[in-house]
Amino acid sequence: MSEFKQIGRSFSRTDGLDKVHGKQEYVNDYQPTGLLHAALKISTHAHAKIKSIDTAEAEAASGVQAVITGDDFPVTLGLYMGDHPPLALHKVRHYGEPVAAVIANTEHQAKNAVELIKVKYEDLEVISSPTDGLKANAPLLHENMDEYTHIDAVHPEPGSNVANHTKIRKGEAAQAIADAEIVIEDTFSFPPCDHVAMETRAVISEIKANGNVVIHSTTQAPFTVKELLSFNFDIPVGKIKIIAPPIGGGFGGKAGIQLEGLGYLLTKAADGRPVKLVNDREEDMLSSPGHIGMEAKVRLGATADGKLIAAELDYHFDAGAYADYAVNVSNAAAISCTGPYDIPNVRCDSLCVYTNHPFATAFRGFGHVELAFPIERSMDLLAEKAGIDPVEIRMKNAIKEGDTSPTQSLMDANTGDLRECIKRAAKMINWDQGSFIKKDENKVIAKGFGLLWKSPAMPPNTGAGAIITFNKDGSLNLHTGIMEIGQGSKTGLAQIVAERFGTSPENIHLVQEVNTETAPHDWSTAASRSLMMAGRAALEAADDAIDQICRTAAIPLRCPPEDLIVEGGRVFLEDEPSIGLPLDDVVHGYVYENGNAIEGQVIGRGNYIARRLSGIDPETGKGRPSLEYTLGAQAVEIELDLNDYSYQIKKAVSCMDVGKVINPNLARGQVVGAISMGIGLARSEGFVFNSREQVVNGVLRDYKVLRYGEEPEYEIDFVETPQGDGPFGLRGLGEQGIIGIPGAIANALSRATGVKLNYIPLLPEDIWQSVKEASHNDSI
Amino acid sequence: MKAYENISLVKLKVNGETRDVAIRPADTLLRVLREKLGLTAAKPGCENGDCGACTVLINEKPVKSCMKLAVEVDAGAEIITLEGIKNSIIQETFLEEDGFQCGYCTPGFLVNAYALLKEHPDADDKLAKEWLESNICRCTGYEGIRNALKLAQEKLK
Repeated sequence: MSEFKQIGRSFSRTDGLDKVHGKQEYVNDYQPTGLLHAALKISTHAHAKIKSIDTAEAEAASGVQAVITGDDFPVTLGLYMGDHPPLALHKVRHYGEPVAAVIANTEHQAKNAVELIKVKYEDLEVISSPTDGLKANAPLLHENMDEYTHIDAVHPEPGSNVANHTKIRKGEAAQAIADAEIVIEDTFSFPPCDHVAMETRAVISEIKANGNVVIHSTTQAPFTVKELLSFNFDIPVGKIKIIAPPIGGGFGGKAGIQLEGLGYLLTKAADGRPVKLVNDREEDMLSSPGHIGMEAKVRLGATADGKLIAAELDYHFDAGAYADYAVNVSNAAAISCTGPYDIPNVRCDSLCVYTNHPFATAFRGFGHVELAFPIERSMDLLAEKAGIDPVEIRMKNAIKEGDTSPTQSLMDANTGDLRECIKRAAKMINWDQGSFIKKDENKVIAKGFGLLWKSPAMPPNTGAGAIITFNKDGSLNLHTGIMEIGQGSKTGLAQIVAERFGTSPENIHLVQEVNTETAPHDWSTAASRSLMMAGRAALEAADDAIDQICRTAAIPLRCPPEDLIVEGGRVFLEDEPSIGLPLDDVVHGYVYENGNAIEGQVIGRGNYIARRLSGIDPETGKGRPSLEYTLGAQAVEIELDLNDYSYQIKKAVSCMDVGKVINPNLARGQVVGAISMGIGLARSEGFVFNSREQVVNGVLRDYKVLRYGEEPEYEIDFVETPQGDGPFGLRGLGEQGIIGIPGAIANALSRATGVKLNYIPLLPEDIWQSVKEASHNDSI
Repeated sequence: MKAYENISLVKLKVNGETRDVAIRPADTLLRVLREKLGLTAAKPGCENGDCGACTVLINEKPVKSCMKLAVEVDAGAEIITLEGIKNSIIQETFLEEDGFQCGYCTPGFLVNAYALLKEHPDADDKLAKEWLESNICRCTGYEGIRNALKLAQEKLK
């Protein structure tokens, strides 16, 4: 029997009925009075000087209110580094970059006028990869890098294309590699791609008569947007209001500042009237940011029996044209660079390199899914070289309590039980029945394994808040700054508060939309931190409200407040439950028969701020940047057709130590969804560039995502080693399920073909090519 | 090239009600439903026929409303959007089986699955794939949707 009544139960989502009846409103569903519409002129070149922009004809077109270009508002914005003009200034740095915007009475007038804008470009040499960007004679994408403002934690290298360089120095890696009995070394890569959230980004912006700026946005981070707009446009922060209804998928793509800066300029150009800008799919994939690309070099050193002693890691990230979140993705990848393995000697240089690709932002897994691909492939290569089973070598090296992380931070008593996760994942995938099975002459079944770990990459002072107010019937309203992005955190928060109040989550009314004017401050709905951090805040708010309820009730009940408890909609004496009051008699003040009233309404207040976190040392990476680590193990089974190298992913399994599962169905949904995105990365998702670095698959007809019926059978399990500082012992789980999957799939396909497949996406044609090349090399 | 700009008055029968709307010949059914009639359940996801978020029924057949001009809809044809489907079995099972997360693809998926269940209540996996692979969901990994469809099939027996 569970000690809990609401925790660990699969309550239906609080937003469910609206969503299955088409009543959930998203930003683009709003049509305020007096709305104007904007459309973008986007670059057809990946790197070019803008010789001229002729807007005369567009300005004269029917219904047009204004046409703006970069020259009208020569500003640069940025999340961590101010390198990004909302409209290209003097040159374009990636295909699809916005160069001009039209504001018109209707959307189709705006789009028609965009066609009348004439831009003359002069091509510049393109940077097509991090390797390209790091060459000594590479063209500089940002000549004025030294003038950009940036946060202290980012270390740009002006005069180069390096936007950030994070160093990890733990022990003596080079020496340890030289001493190692087994060394493997290889390179790995994947191209940039996109989140493909089903809702494209949208913004409606307006400036009120008193100068207040009101922006409706598809954002995961309304408070970050508000603060960055204030910083970049010098608007007092209290005069900015961001309204963020639930969004149609985030996956990190809506976590930074996106269209809001441009949205502000649009309404400014239109005399403050409300202007709507909605990305079409191509703009959402190319003009707005996507998933980072990577080139990695891994060298692992181990003893003869497969115990890791050293890692030398060079992670070169393809940031694309602007830094955005990419500079922190590369930083997070350095902080967790080894994956969940105990390695005493580590050197990692993680470079965030500008290229002429669409730029990168946060993406589910944030640095960890990226580092896990080269690391998990390398672990299989090491296993092969050492002649040890891939699961056994992971078991042998799995990180545990008492080990240290790459930042030399102690893995404390809250460290999850990774070995138990490995054991369960191996059982679910039937590893002991063989990882390579020849089904018939044409078909091979192979299995692959991948471990994961993830910590939130966030500022050390990240906080969350919660406020509880009451309705006259005694039911609660829970206010937080957490965004509903599909993950269902609000349902989990309601369960947490309901548990404390001894009531059902149905009695907790949730404020779905976040309005930065009224919601308590919250950093961002990102980093899989919502349930942990806002959960702590909500618990504190609940306890605060209960204290007030007991204090008020104690007066008419004539008892010490500490003898009272709250449960089932009543406050009563714990040892004499018949003596008590219904909550609705107390939460708005107690009223005596003669009309006298006391105490007034209950307002519960709670907050939480990350505990004892620090930045990292710029030379060694030493520090304590990680709130917690979620650990886990994943595996896949694939069936490969040896005739054409097409394959199906038959089964995907995952076991993670999440501390405590609050809502089993929602938790499973997060892991399954994340696995499917991992399959997407491994199987088909990647931008294809031509020789001019134009993206040739920037629409969903050519950019292939997983479709219904292509999904594997999923098997999901959780281990619950409590996180001491997490509410009810929980830790984050929203992103993690993606992390081990690309490596596991590449491992399975490498096993199936007998050829090293060190890249993703693994398209059948590319596998065929790799097999052909390998057999060619063998025959030489 | 000059676009044909004249406004036409047309009658559309949507969710059982006949509505008069003034439209441009180039307006898609999706845009007319959303912007002229305030029926915003059907969503733009690509406006290129690739994602299915805009799916509605015309005479009980699922149609991508972003690929259909409003003037092309036959007079008297029955258009049904998700707003016109209330408390159906498939909506119930989507809730029970977590057939959605962010909810953005849900109206299109539900309308498509609703039509599938009507036309082929016993659809096997292969037929269900044929119908539903025209819609994209990025959140669920399709597990919840598949389970919701199967549970609805059981309940309808």
